Amino acid sequence: MHNFMKLAALTVLLSASALAQNAVKVGFVSTLSGPGSGLGVDARDGFNLALKHLGNKLGGLPVEISFSDDKQDADTARQAVDKAIKRDKVDFLTGIIFSNLLLAVGDTVFDSKTPYISLNAGPSQYAGSGCNAYFYNVAWQNDNLHEAMGKYVNSRKFSDVYILAPNYPAGKDALTGFKRFFKGKITAEVYTKVNQLDFAAEIAQIRAARPKAVYTFQPGGSGINFIKQYAEAGLLKEIPLFLPGFSADADVIKAVGPNMVGIFNTSQWAMELSNPTNAKFVADFKATYGRNPSLYAAQGYDAALLMSEAVKDVKGNLSDGAALRKALENTSFISTHGAFKFNKNHYPVQDIYLRQVAKVGGSIQNRLVGKVFSNHEDAYAKDRKMK
Amino acid sequence: MKRLLPFLLLALGLALPFILTAMGQEYYISFASRVLVVALAASALNLILGYGGLVSFGHAAYFGAGAYTAALLAGKGAGLPAQLLVGTGVAALLAFVFGWAALRTRGVYFIMITLALAQMLYYLAVSSDSLGGEDGLRISRAALWGDLTLGDDRAMYYTALTALTLGLFVIWRVVHSRFGEVVQAARDNETRTAALGYPVRRYQLVNFVIGGALAGLAGVLMTQISGFTNPSLLSWQQSGQFMMMVILGGVGTFWAGLLGTAVLLGLEEYLGEVTERWPLFVGLILLGVMLFAPKGLGSLGTLFGRKKKEVVE
Amino acid sequence: MPLDLILEQLLNGVQFSLMLFLLAAGLTLIFGVMDLINLAHGSLYMIGAYLTATFAPHVGFFPAVVLAILGTMLIGGLLEVTIIRRLYARTHLTQVLSTFALMLIANEVVRMIWGAQPIALSAPESLSQPVQLPGFKYSAYRLFIIAAGLGVGAGLYYLVNKTRVGMWLRAGASNREMTRAMGVKIGPLYTLIFALGAGLCALAGALLGPLLSVQVGMGENILILAFVVVVIGGIGSIKGAFIGSLLVGILDTAGRAFLPTWLTALFNPQLAGSFGPALASIAIYVLMAAVLFFKPRGLFPARGTG
Repeated sequence: MHNFMKLAALTVLLSASALAQNAVKVGFVSTLSGPGSGLGVDARDGFNLALKHLGNKLGGLPVEISFSDDKQDADTARQAVDKAIKRDKVDFLTGIIFSNLLLAVGDTVFDSKTPYISLNAGPSQYAGSGCNAYFYNVAWQNDNLHEAMGKYVNSRKFSDVYILAPNYPAGKDALTGFKRFFKGKITAEVYTKVNQLDFAAEIAQIRAARPKAVYTFQPGGSGINFIKQYAEAGLLKEIPLFLPGFSADADVIKAVGPNMVGIFNTSQWAMELSNPTNAKFVADFKATYGRNPSLYAAQGYDAALLMSEAVKDVKGNLSDGAALRKALENTSFISTHGAFKFNKNHYPVQDIYLRQVAKVGGSIQNRLVGKVFSNHEDAYAKDRKMK
Repeated sequence: MKRLLPFLLLALGLALPFILTAMGQEYYISFASRVLVVALAASALNLILGYGGLVSFGHAAYFGAGAYTAALLAGKGAGLPAQLLVGTGVAALLAFVFGWAALRTRGVYFIMITLALAQMLYYLAVSSDSLGGEDGLRISRAALWGDLTLGDDRAMYYTALTALTLGLFVIWRVVHSRFGEVVQAARDNETRTAALGYPVRRYQLVNFVIGGALAGLAGVLMTQISGFTNPSLLSWQQSGQFMMMVILGGVGTFWAGLLGTAVLLGLEEYLGEVTERWPLFVGLILLGVMLFAPKGLGSLGTLFGRKKKEVVE
Repeated sequence: MPLDLILEQLLNGVQFSLMLFLLAAGLTLIFGVMDLINLAHGSLYMIGAYLTATFAPHVGFFPAVVLAILGTMLIGGLLEVTIIRRLYARTHLTQVLSTFALMLIANEVVRMIWGAQPIALSAPESLSQPVQLPGFKYSAYRLFIIAAGLGVGAGLYYLVNKTRVGMWLRAGASNREMTRAMGVKIGPLYTLIFALGAGLCALAGALLGPLLSVQVGMGENILILAFVVVVIGGIGSIKGAFIGSLLVGILDTAGRAFLPTWLTALFNPQLAGSFGPALASIAIYVLMAAVLFFKPRGLFPARGTG
């Protein structure tokens, strides 16, 4: 029996090297059309830039990448993932921006035993008791940036903070994350409509409640609407507004303009973080695409680096799934925000920074202010039951 | 030829998984299941819109109601028969209530009131914690026989094919019954039909409920294909898509639902592979079809066209 | 609740209403006179906002608005002459699918020209400081939108009721064949109305751009609201669109402003917190359903016969 096992293992090894995989196949499913496409396009451009820097190779093997558009629709995402697995037989999947889409494809991915490298969505469902051996997140757990802002606002000793978010799961998670580290008084916790256009009513309520600070998470277009209207109401100077990094990154700054100056936000990444990876990433992103990179782009870049390191660690032998997963788990590489390390639940353990929107030279961009968390772990890792 | 068409299509439907497997395109079996299920919902809309002359812009409500009912039941451990039965029933009930309220109006106002009712359901699903909000509900696939579940592509495909065949058969029978004749007569001239002594509104309501029930059936199967349900199934965009499919296929022609769905989803799938600018090309093609064949693709070939009828609003 | 807050929220409601009215006015005209369901209306609104954002850094905000209106009218006119006029005689369903196709095309073209990321458009410097009203400060820019909305309303009222073009318009909306028989040249009139509608769209897009995200697809969610307004008011009626937008805007704002407080008083905050926004979201649809239930043709039906 023992010998038989050895023989089997040897056969597998031989056939694996005989088939000597000559390319890494990556399925990149993201939102590339419609209103949410700005995010997906940034992530993809970041990913592509990393490939360019790696000479179109991942860990020394040439790359075959198939991009598909999930149209920000859960079932389309599931189909695209299904196709990448069944038809293209990809070695890695990545790309999905929105958590609700990721949750829709999760089972399909995990059943197929294909490693999924999440470059954005980090739902709590995959961080605690539901975390999965095939799921790796290179960005953050969804609550992290909210937690960081909770801690920062707490450290500023604001007595009354007004918090608001849209009335859907990610909105509720955002405020829960904030409250996990903010110990002061919450003036009001308000839930707004999903995809809301006009916030005049909410802004008037805020003004009347006279809080010392406001924290909000509004995704996509609603976020831009809120910030524009909050600034336009002249409130920015009276009651400071605090945001998670993804509500105040290059894409939002570009849309809102000079009114954003002064807003604080938290992120695991910033343009000025000094490490060789980031310097190269930021400079070449600007040169290649003619705009400032956002955290989505940085996350896309990191996802490619992670894959490359893992492929290098297994010496290009992708047929041994267990070894590949081990390589991913124990990875160490210099990401756009420094040395990268996974927690036991495959979410990053990382520093989270405070940034402030400011005029730097001629352009308006985020300026690094300080560090809020060192080696921050998410709140769910302790419940991990790796499947 | 025309008599043979349904049987030819059914034969093609039965053979498709084997053809795809032989071509090494097994992935498309799952895509084909989706086309069949969406086609069932679109055909149900065609019964309301094409034959009944009532432009319902809230068809997603019944589709989604079936889907959510099935997902909730699946969460409680109910099997496929219960999901199908209750899902269809709930959709029918909902169609009855919504139809009753909406049938007071006509034309554009009917469009908008059906939209309004569906939007209420959408916002309910988005903001309700017990319905999973925007994340929706995940289910495990229902068991069919022993170890075989609907998670298996072929099992799912043949289940969908059976449902669509049955659904189309029901629609065929309805359309060609005396009941269906009255509904179509009311579409063409409501006043005259009423003058002949038919309780037009009641006929239209029953027709509306049949369409809603079939959409609910499709919704139940959609959760089985996806493994989840979410509020986008209830959105006005989803209602709009059903409408686009029926119009593209040829309003009031028997195969409109299937033809429109196959062409629209096929185009999106194919163009989506080629370019992320697919909406541009889908738009150009739809516009071209509407300018040059305003009655839809069904009017292009006599092979498909049964009877050409204008919808009178 | 203090009185000045109630007043301020009322003003917010009026302001949101007039935002909707700018969009609904063009929609109801085109719908009423040409009997055209135009889903591409939201695309013209988007184009107006994008053009304003493009011109504003070079020529300033107000000249940019004028240029955007002219540009969008031109685009609208061309669209009418080449495509839209082929749709008048078609069924509503054909119109829906065709204009939906135009919407897809417009979104993609805008994305090709301006990119996938939202672009910037800010309120003019001169209107950036809040104004002191009795009891509270209010955004100057929002007051400007109120003024513009009222101005457009008055202008349209004059145009429709006091001018020759307006007479044709009313005639066209109430009986198309008769108008044609009376010798009114329908072709150019329709092109003019469509261009006018496009101009109103552009104005709406330009004025809302500084408050809302200027991005691809921005016209679609607001289009549904505009349709709700048009239908509540009665198709083809400017007065109806005006009253309809006031109802929708004030109800929506009041729902968001006051419902949570009331519900908290009645239920526990947890329940009120998630129930409130859901109720506020569906309030306008309940309103529309209720209006249509009792007045199946809207509040001010323009057309004499079905």
